[in-house]
Amino acid sequence: MQDLQKISAGSKHLLSGNEAIALGAYHAGMKVATAYPGTPSTEILENIARFEGVYAEWSTNEKVALEIAMGASYTGVRCLCSMKHVGLNVAADSLLSASITGVNGGLVVVSADDPGMHSSQNEQDNRHYARLAKIPVIEPYDSQSAYDFMFLAFDISEKYDTPVLLRTTTRISHSKSLVCIKGLSEVGARRASFTPNPEKYVMLPAFARKRHEVIENRILELREYAQNTPLNQVLKGTGSMGIIANGIAFQYAKEVFPDAAVLRLGMTYPLSEQLVREFADSVEKLIAIEELDPFIEEMVRGMGIEVSGKDFIPITGELSPEIVASSAKKAGLLEDVESEEPACRAELPLRPPSLCPGCPHRGLFYALGKTPRRIKKVTSAPTKPTAGGLVITGDIGCYTLGAYKPLNGLDTCACMGASIGHALGMEKAGVTDKLVAVIGDSTFMHSGLTALANAVYNQSQITIVILDNMTTAMTGHQGHPATGISAGGKKTQAVNLENAVRGIGVDEVVVLDAFDIKALREAVARATESDKLSVIIVRGECAPLRARSFACRVVDTSVCTRCNTCFKLACPAIQYKDGNVYIDPELCAGDNCGLCDQVCPVGAIGVFDEAVKE
Amino acid sequence: MQNISVLITGIGGQGIILASDVLADAAMRTGWDVKKTDSIGMAQRGGSVISHVRMGDVVSSPLIPTGGADVLFGMEKLEAARHCHFLKPGGQAVINSYGAPPLTVATGAKKYPEDEAILSVVRERAGKVFFIDGLKKVSKLGNTRALNVFLLGALSVLLPLTEQVWQEALEAKLPSKIIQINLQAFSLGREEVKNAGIR
Repeated sequence: MQDLQKISAGSKHLLSGNEAIALGAYHAGMKVATAYPGTPSTEILENIARFEGVYAEWSTNEKVALEIAMGASYTGVRCLCSMKHVGLNVAADSLLSASITGVNGGLVVVSADDPGMHSSQNEQDNRHYARLAKIPVIEPYDSQSAYDFMFLAFDISEKYDTPVLLRTTTRISHSKSLVCIKGLSEVGARRASFTPNPEKYVMLPAFARKRHEVIENRILELREYAQNTPLNQVLKGTGSMGIIANGIAFQYAKEVFPDAAVLRLGMTYPLSEQLVREFADSVEKLIAIEELDPFIEEMVRGMGIEVSGKDFIPITGELSPEIVASSAKKAGLLEDVESEEPACRAELPLRPPSLCPGCPHRGLFYALGKTPRRIKKVTSAPTKPTAGGLVITGDIGCYTLGAYKPLNGLDTCACMGASIGHALGMEKAGVTDKLVAVIGDSTFMHSGLTALANAVYNQSQITIVILDNMTTAMTGHQGHPATGISAGGKKTQAVNLENAVRGIGVDEVVVLDAFDIKALREAVARATESDKLSVIIVRGECAPLRARSFACRVVDTSVCTRCNTCFKLACPAIQYKDGNVYIDPELCAGDNCGLCDQVCPVGAIGVFDEAVKE
Repeated sequence: MQNISVLITGIGGQGIILASDVLADAAMRTGWDVKKTDSIGMAQRGGSVISHVRMGDVVSSPLIPTGGADVLFGMEKLEAARHCHFLKPGGQAVINSYGAPPLTVATGAKKYPEDEAILSVVRERAGKVFFIDGLKKVSKLGNTRALNVFLLGALSVLLPLTEQVWQEALEAKLPSKIIQINLQAFSLGREEVKNAGIR
């Protein structure tokens, strides 16, 4: 990772949107930064954690993160809180509260949305939160604007006493482009100090009623600011068409219509009617190009201005230059240009993501799949309803990949911590299946603790498996409270998972080695036939974090009966080569794993001499 | 100048992001505008990875449109074929002959396509295809880790960037203790395409 703090004023660098956000916030005088990791937002805090003089932390979840940023803001320092789009759902309560109390030091909330769902469970347009919370939303369109807009975002936050939502998307966050660096602003020297002001910070109904009037006036003032802010720019063009665009959609608009006039909105809420009307009057035909929802388009139409957009541009998925071009062709805005795709491409085998070789989650899914209840459930689904099977509710993390065949290890996956609630709901509804909730360590800390308390309190009989790989893996190995490693990589106090679970009131708690198939199968068999609430902690370090083992497994083809049992593990290292089962030594995790030799019924897999010599 | 677009494809763990960082850095050192964007998806290791790099006087979209890439740079041959629709008709392709079977192939459900099948897909789009056994060539250096830089060397012959900026970019992006072997790998890659037969 590039050391951003060393970058000097006046220099030019190739930075990702997330790096630019981190550096812009630092140069704008940010003192406190909080986040929960989530693609595509993670690198913002990862970079900030390396800046000296800034307090940065991975918080338990986004709600806690935002409340910490609010508290710090109340003391007069500038704060940043970053998260992925669904994180803002978790922090929505806090966001609306931050709106009503307002701020003291500038408070910028970064929401990194994921159109196209590169690594998300849903697609949502978080600009709607700005309207709901009555706060401004700022949208960069490249890394330079991401950097520059951070200064303005903090200034706006303080001038208008409001949190500011900075909305980025995967393509902005994860693209690199050139950034000219301004350098550190003067703001840095502030000291934290809190002055009680109950009418602003204590939201009793009597005080909150007055604050509601304040925030209604605030949004009117911001609407006036929107008319002349440097965040919004009119780019002159030729021809009769004018485009209103924001974020990455602006770049696609420029690519497809290089000569059109553009109103580029860096602040998409609130909108200045005068600004939009003047632009609309300067062109014959007005179109809005934006990713996901018709957020700008509907506001413009609400002003009584004729505009088109989502009638030809898709509302779902990530846009691209060719999607904008092909949509425009269909709408008659572009000449039809023929483009043919190579024909045979469709026949190529797909490469779906899978659990890594040596993944500590694999054994548990294998063990669950081997129980008679699960076999019954999987073989009968989806043709007929079954009773007395095994239902596995899942959660958010790498282990969601356990849903793919042949593991068939998850029946639900919705949002952080939902595995436990889903299992409880099915139980209380009265299914006769045994219910197992599978949740990762980081997700359990994020949203599982309160659900577990609910299970204890409401006398549940489900089994909860905590897959403890001792990191937040999917987002690239960040710390969380149970790892005891801070965002800056320092050792800190770790929350002990088994003590926490027992402390909440679960009596049946076991901790297992993630690579011990026999123990996993026994524990799963015991739990699924018991009528007591139980927790199984399956512990094993995330594969990419472990030192490589060279004791790669090999198949003795003279013993192997090609029964394909080892393929039930869905390990990328186990393959068919020339009609025989073969383990790719480049991929095999060796002694870090060893699951395949445990499951082989004829002992054909092991570490043989030739392999050791190699 | 006309903008130049390079699409880099392969699988997680091959050093694709580093390769595209070096290319983008070299373009910046040339004084051009440059944008790059990576699509990694949910894969930690072994999943499909794509990187778009665009350079020129002014670059708008970081994403290369279908049919917009001047060069397709494939570090894994199946992934190269899968993304060849990005290539301009008549464009050039540098493809490493390494093949990593996806899980669908490993389990025997699907077959990994033969080289000729892969090349015929690519040739529907490409004018020139350089099909190189990079792993074999780079293993002469005693370290296959420099494969991505070897292939960058091969790519470099097709782009109007000086050897000087390539060297500066490599020195900026690689740790100093492995720079020598990577510079050797880069030169080997250059020689490979300069002398190579086109398939």
